[in-house]
Amino acid sequence: MKEMLIILFSAILVDNFVLSKFMGICPFLGVSKKMNSALGMSGAVIFVMLMASAMTYPIYKYLLLPNNLQYLNTMAFILIIALFVQLVEIILKKYVKSLYNALGVYLPLITTNCAVLGVTLLNIENEYTFLNSLVNALGAGLGFMLALVLFAGVRERVDNADVPEALKGVPITLIAASIVSVTFMGFAGLVEGIFK
Amino acid sequence: MKYMKEFTKGILKENPVLVMLLGTCPTLATTTLLSSSLGMGLATTFVLLCSNIVISLIKNFIPKEVRLPSYILVIAGFVTFVSFILQSYLPSLYESLGIFLSLIVVNCIILGRAEMFASKNNVIASALDGIGMGIGFTLALGLIGSIREILGCGTILGISIGNWFEPIIFFITPAGGFLVFGVLIAVVNTILKAKTNKKPKEEFGCANCPSKDVCAGKGECK
Repeated sequence: MKEMLIILFSAILVDNFVLSKFMGICPFLGVSKKMNSALGMSGAVIFVMLMASAMTYPIYKYLLLPNNLQYLNTMAFILIIALFVQLVEIILKKYVKSLYNALGVYLPLITTNCAVLGVTLLNIENEYTFLNSLVNALGAGLGFMLALVLFAGVRERVDNADVPEALKGVPITLIAASIVSVTFMGFAGLVEGIFK
Repeated sequence: MKYMKEFTKGILKENPVLVMLLGTCPTLATTTLLSSSLGMGLATTFVLLCSNIVISLIKNFIPKEVRLPSYILVIAGFVTFVSFILQSYLPSLYESLGIFLSLIVVNCIILGRAEMFASKNNVIASALDGIGMGIGFTLALGLIGSIREILGCGTILGISIGNWFEPIIFFITPAGGFLVFGVLIAVVNTILKAKTNKKPKEEFGCANCPSKDVCAGKGECK
């Protein structure tokens, strides 16, 4: 239990996927203009991360590992994620129209989101158990959501600010991201301290 | 030399990182040192070149509906190949790139070039386009890597620049990466504006994103 809590909070705060591991920067910068879309995107990411971790773990453990095919993990995982995302999109479109309208538009973007592939590969690299993998995926997704929602708030303020001509647009967004990232550096070492 | 343009455009005019704003994840994550930046750049260039060639060769055999998964599979094959090579011949680089070596698969520059260029052009043009874009990517990463290594560690390629300089550790932290990248884009935008009078890109690189058609007008992506 303690181990799971450590994994969860490390993934959310200390090793935040976006701000300290640099995964999923494209959606972080591209979809953070409005709070609503930030929430929709992160909801879709959390869901896909959880499902992807749940599916890739048995494939690795019971298919690749016994056959000495570990080196195929990148290829196998990306295919699983691509197929799964496609499948979810079709199912949602057909049966759960309201959820599709809320999350559907973000799903195709997720296939090429490196945070999703990243979390499945890290689960293997860190030799997590099945449950710990799910906890890690949940933490990574929640961390993504936290970063995205915080940053959407920051950007709404930046939009109203008087920015120097040269920094308008992309540069000021990155500089704002830098400052948000500094705040996350403050969490270093926090989690181990709390659950000791 | 009608193909020369395909080769040179990626280096400066359509530089994937600094002008097109693609591939931001590896750009920020692997540029703490110049050596790892160059390693990442060259590994990506290799994958880009090979995948562009193969995709251009097989473009007529792939049904339109499954083209993206097919491209991803081709790219993943070459990424696995590169990680084998690095693991056996350059283990230290393999260690320092870590998971980002596998994540070349989802680098949007590669999938973007496959979708925008290799699937529409012949092999020679696609190969030159791949090399050009790869060199542009490597140069941009090298530039960011040099700035961060000099300011953050006081060294360049591991060689000290002298005791007079006190390293500013901030620049090798993730936050420093965002800052250096932001300031560089501001510089590039200012030069672009003065030279070509063209408006620089205001948004992150969705124009070249392979899923552009899916989300255009629906999500936040433009």
